[in-house]
Amino acid sequence: MDLNLTEEQDMIVGMVRRFVREEIIPLEMDLDPDADALAEDDRERLIEKTREMGLYGLDIPPEYGGPEIDLITRTLIAIEMSQHRAGLYAPCYGTFGGAGLAQLFEATDDQKERYLYPTLRGEKRGFFGLSEPSGGSDPARAIQTKAVQDGDDWVINGGKLWISGADRADFGLVFARTDSDKGRNGVTCFIVDTDMPGFHVRRIVHTLRSAHYATELQFEDLRVPSRNILGQVNRGFAIANDRLTRQRIPYAAGCIGVAIKAQEMALEYVPQRETFGAPLSTRQSIQWMLVDNEVDIKQSRWFVLEAANKAANGEVFRKEAAMAKLVATEAGGRVVDRCMQMFGGLGVAKDLPFERWFREMRIRRIGEGPSEVQRHVIARELLGASLR
Amino acid sequence: MTKPWSPAEVAAQVLKGHLGVYQLADADEKVILIAFAGGKSLYGLKGEVTAALEAHPEAKYFRHEITTAYQSRWRELMMVHIADHGEPPPCNPPVKLGKLSPA
Repeated sequence: MDLNLTEEQDMIVGMVRRFVREEIIPLEMDLDPDADALAEDDRERLIEKTREMGLYGLDIPPEYGGPEIDLITRTLIAIEMSQHRAGLYAPCYGTFGGAGLAQLFEATDDQKERYLYPTLRGEKRGFFGLSEPSGGSDPARAIQTKAVQDGDDWVINGGKLWISGADRADFGLVFARTDSDKGRNGVTCFIVDTDMPGFHVRRIVHTLRSAHYATELQFEDLRVPSRNILGQVNRGFAIANDRLTRQRIPYAAGCIGVAIKAQEMALEYVPQRETFGAPLSTRQSIQWMLVDNEVDIKQSRWFVLEAANKAANGEVFRKEAAMAKLVATEAGGRVVDRCMQMFGGLGVAKDLPFERWFREMRIRRIGEGPSEVQRHVIARELLGASLR
Repeated sequence: MTKPWSPAEVAAQVLKGHLGVYQLADADEKVILIAFAGGKSLYGLKGEVTAALEAHPEAKYFRHEITTAYQSRWRELMMVHIADHGEPPPCNPPVKLGKLSPA
């Protein structure tokens, strides 16, 4: 693995960095500090810019109209895109587009026509419905939502929890148990239209994030045609597992971006701020915080790029993705915490982004598989089948 | 939000500078506005509610909740209102929201 950026990577990273600093941050100054969306006209104007930059729809495969950018470069871009107040969960406020639900690239032609292409055109939105009140970290065992075949249809009953975006979605991927005796081999993925009778968004779940919330879903005799099965019956777990593994890389990258921005702000602040007649930067306690931040950032960055490199080469990257997620989310939390400390009262005020990063970064150690699950995944990879 | 309404004229005495959400109602206690006092608001709920009451003289009552999750709580209140009444409150500008179907 070459540790140097290529000329092209350097150019793209620089372009995204300028975009964040010249386009996103000035607009963000006028937004509510917890906002996660731009005004519609600003959003459309900036989408035009990212299209002109050739970077719109980064995660869309080229054969579906996305730019031809490799995973390592996309990871470097993800690190840059998150370097602003809303960057952890709304990097550049979505102006670089997204692939929607990547699982749909493996869908049937009919499913692509009905769900994938409208999503890529921005006409439909989807949600990913895996976690349940019984748990999300061990979906193979926790899934209690059941689907029973009835003629050419399947009837789904049960519920999901911690689901993002279901209230605004047109459809979603819902994982349901179709064989109660087969554990992970008894789960099927269904594409569910949210306007079907029996689909309910029952409530909002408020979290540390003010602008974004999770939802609780209930399915009451929700009838889904067999043609809406994604993949094969009883093979849904592999779809979920693949998604969970892949998602860990950009998830970790976002934490690094925020940590970099926090550290940059601290480095600008401490030489200016004086206490007891000397700048904070002359205090060893402050210097060590900055040093620890730098080590955390560098360490996380290489873990994440190593995972991206393995994935890009088509190698098994489950362990590396888990390590990247574990290290970057925990390091990100430490960096933001130290920066808050250096800024003192300003660090906890809504005038600066630290308090939002602090709240949102805390979620990162739980979302997409908590740190303990990442350690479990790594242990299984180290110890082999005996631990499965 | 199901707490009792307070008369508009006591808003300045009752409210403080907290972050939170609020509703305004007309003389028939029908909700006409759902809004929030966010991190950029001057004087928090006190400033926002008193300004909103001035801007909407038809409002005769208000009620509020103090919360730091003012963005998600505001969206929730709007969605619940739409689920109950089929449309947003008359004084709220158009906004893209999700859809709830509370049990």
